[in-house]
Amino acid sequence: MKRSEMLGRLLVIAGVLIVLSVPFAVHNYEGQGSIEIHGRMAETGGWSPSSIQAQAGVPLHLRLTSDDVMHGFAIGQSDVPAVDIAPGKMTDLTLTFDKPGKYTYYCTRWCGPNHWRMRGTIEVSGGSSDAPQPLSPPLYVTLNLNIDAPLPAPVTPVGRPSARRGAAFAAMLTPSYLTPDYYHAHSPAQAYLDLRADPTLSSLSDPSVWDLVAYLWRSNSTPDGLAEGQRLFAQNCAACHGETGGGNGVFAASVNAQTGKFPVNFTDPASMLGVSPALLQGKILRGGMGTGMPYWGPIFENETIWSIIGYLYTFQFDEEQK
Amino acid sequence: MRFDLTRFPVVKFLLKNRWPQLIIFILMLAGFLYAIMAGYIGTPVGNNNFGIVFVWIAWWAILILVAVPFFGRGWCAVCPIPMPGEWIQRGAILEPPSRKPRWLSLRWPNKFRNIWMQNLTFTLVALFSAVILTTPKVTAVVLTVMLFLAVGMSVVFERRTFCRYLCPVSGFIGLYAQTAPIELRVKEKQVCITCDGKPCYNGASTLRQAYGGASPSTGSAAGYGCPWDVFPGGLTKNTYCGLCMECLRTCPNDNIAVNLRPFAADLAQPSRKMDEAFKAFIMLGAAMVYAGVLLGPWGTLKAAAYSVGTGAWFGYVAAFLALIFGLLPALFLLAVKVGQGISKSNVPARHSFTAFATVLIPLGLMFWVGFSLSFVLTNASYILIALSDPFGWGWNLFGTAAVTWHPFLTATLVPLQILALLGGLLWSARTALKVSREVKVSSVPVVVFATLATLIMLGLLL
Repeated sequence: MKRSEMLGRLLVIAGVLIVLSVPFAVHNYEGQGSIEIHGRMAETGGWSPSSIQAQAGVPLHLRLTSDDVMHGFAIGQSDVPAVDIAPGKMTDLTLTFDKPGKYTYYCTRWCGPNHWRMRGTIEVSGGSSDAPQPLSPPLYVTLNLNIDAPLPAPVTPVGRPSARRGAAFAAMLTPSYLTPDYYHAHSPAQAYLDLRADPTLSSLSDPSVWDLVAYLWRSNSTPDGLAEGQRLFAQNCAACHGETGGGNGVFAASVNAQTGKFPVNFTDPASMLGVSPALLQGKILRGGMGTGMPYWGPIFENETIWSIIGYLYTFQFDEEQK
Repeated sequence: MRFDLTRFPVVKFLLKNRWPQLIIFILMLAGFLYAIMAGYIGTPVGNNNFGIVFVWIAWWAILILVAVPFFGRGWCAVCPIPMPGEWIQRGAILEPPSRKPRWLSLRWPNKFRNIWMQNLTFTLVALFSAVILTTPKVTAVVLTVMLFLAVGMSVVFERRTFCRYLCPVSGFIGLYAQTAPIELRVKEKQVCITCDGKPCYNGASTLRQAYGGASPSTGSAAGYGCPWDVFPGGLTKNTYCGLCMECLRTCPNDNIAVNLRPFAADLAQPSRKMDEAFKAFIMLGAAMVYAGVLLGPWGTLKAAAYSVGTGAWFGYVAAFLALIFGLLPALFLLAVKVGQGISKSNVPARHSFTAFATVLIPLGLMFWVGFSLSFVLTNASYILIALSDPFGWGWNLFGTAAVTWHPFLTATLVPLQILALLGGLLWSARTALKVSREVKVSSVPVVVFATLATLIMLGLLL
């Protein structure tokens, strides 16, 4: 074989080998010690991988990318800020978990009709030798509530109750009504019936009693909690329930197509005033069986859930209080 | 009016020497394999994947806006797809080896020695194009299939059968190459007629045989017969000459010229072939469909084109096929027949039809230029991004990975498109007049056809 022919062949082979091997080598080198997570809409696979192992106290390096549309990445029940994951781009994120446990990562962008199904878990082991805290059952379990049974309000107000107007009668209330326990365990309609039956309030008109109910509900929330609830509602709930809580979010139609049901309309007094905060907590924690409502237990901490619930009642009550 | 570029010794040297071409081949092959690899292992997000961005934006822009209009089959001269197969077929990468490998070297069947197969392969690709153009893995599969098909055909058949008869790109490049201001032709036909052994077609072994084993006095003794299965002495148009320069190397009489010439010189000789006529319809119709699907505001149409295998997609396919194989040719035939009626011509309709189809070559080319300007200028910024981060792995090789998408030359896009389409219309009208003189049939109805098509295309683009 001529020397020129040999050289030509070598150049071709070298060119091909370089092209095929160098990217792999660089990628493998760069990826050492980190985990690459690909986000896809739930309909086409969700997170990949959807399960990660980590060690408590040891930094976990993640390389996040989206294979389709814009996603967000956040860790449930944690203070780590959510990061955006752009299609075709790589986002680096380093996490350090202090405690062992099972953490859920989830998408924070409305990426598709099954957006909420984009969940994955990080199993963190090692670290603290403290025994895990025993979990107390959530309130809806303690109260033995059937959260799947329909609970229409037996009575609804004529107008929109106002916490501000209700504050004028606050002094007439027995203190037991103002406790968190009462608030958590009763629906507004139940509270209305209790107050209506209370002889000390017999002088009040029906609308004024509803105003007192609004006051009771407002007393169990704070401006910061309501603001937090509003933010989380907009981020996580409005896609289905609608920005104004009307059950008409952008994914409402696809929820209906999948389940035959529309998302709950929080502006409807008949459905909203019949449910207690404890029952709403159950719905949020566990999700709604067969309704398309996701479970948020691994995502939100207890206080966060109460903030969201407090905000949900603002679709029924004027909450301003002077 | 012609000017032979091989008069310049340096140009002649660069074209005859195999090394410059080999170096370009290697670079092209590397880029080609890189694009395939990006499709398989890179991000599935099309606009961030080297495979999609460099094939369908960068390469396409260069091909349709520069290479074809100015260099004809210039791309074919450096296309890497036939290279691996040709290496296997020839048993060498440069000069012919002393012993030819024993492959089948079959002749391509006579009944397929036309571009109907290319018309079909292009149409097949076009029907899936919405998915191919946006899905890296699908693009990679298509490129891989082309590569392996070219290799397989090189083993079974002689020469570059894949390029000549099957490649979906080659067909339309050949069609529009007729408009290019460059050509490869022989200097003196008589020299070719009297040339012993015709080594430009039969190869160097015949050449050596013809010279009794001795080296010829002129030209390169080492060379292959035309890979494109063309006898250079018979070349009258660019359609089937791949500009591979093999004949320049093998010609013992230094009788090959690479000429600069006026644009569209080949169109003075109207086509007589139905396969070429239909290629023109396919390309014209495909440009209009692409403009509607990829640039238009019709979500339903777009969704149908993307939803391969669904009822909507089959509807889209039926409409696409009906347009390029039915409606456009039928309307064109009607125009030709009206023209015949006006001129009281007795020329067979088939003859006039194929001849007038030449009019669609400049028209179609400028449709493609207009269409390509739009999406190339809109998407060109992705080239910068994919250059730095070809696989979507977070690289930033040239510091341009974080460039945000932005369209280029938005203010000049519409004027450029109007200029391209109106220029194409005038060019086709001029071609129609020439064809009219040739076949003695009125060109007016065909010009009306071209005008209506241009108005529709303007509506689709603007």
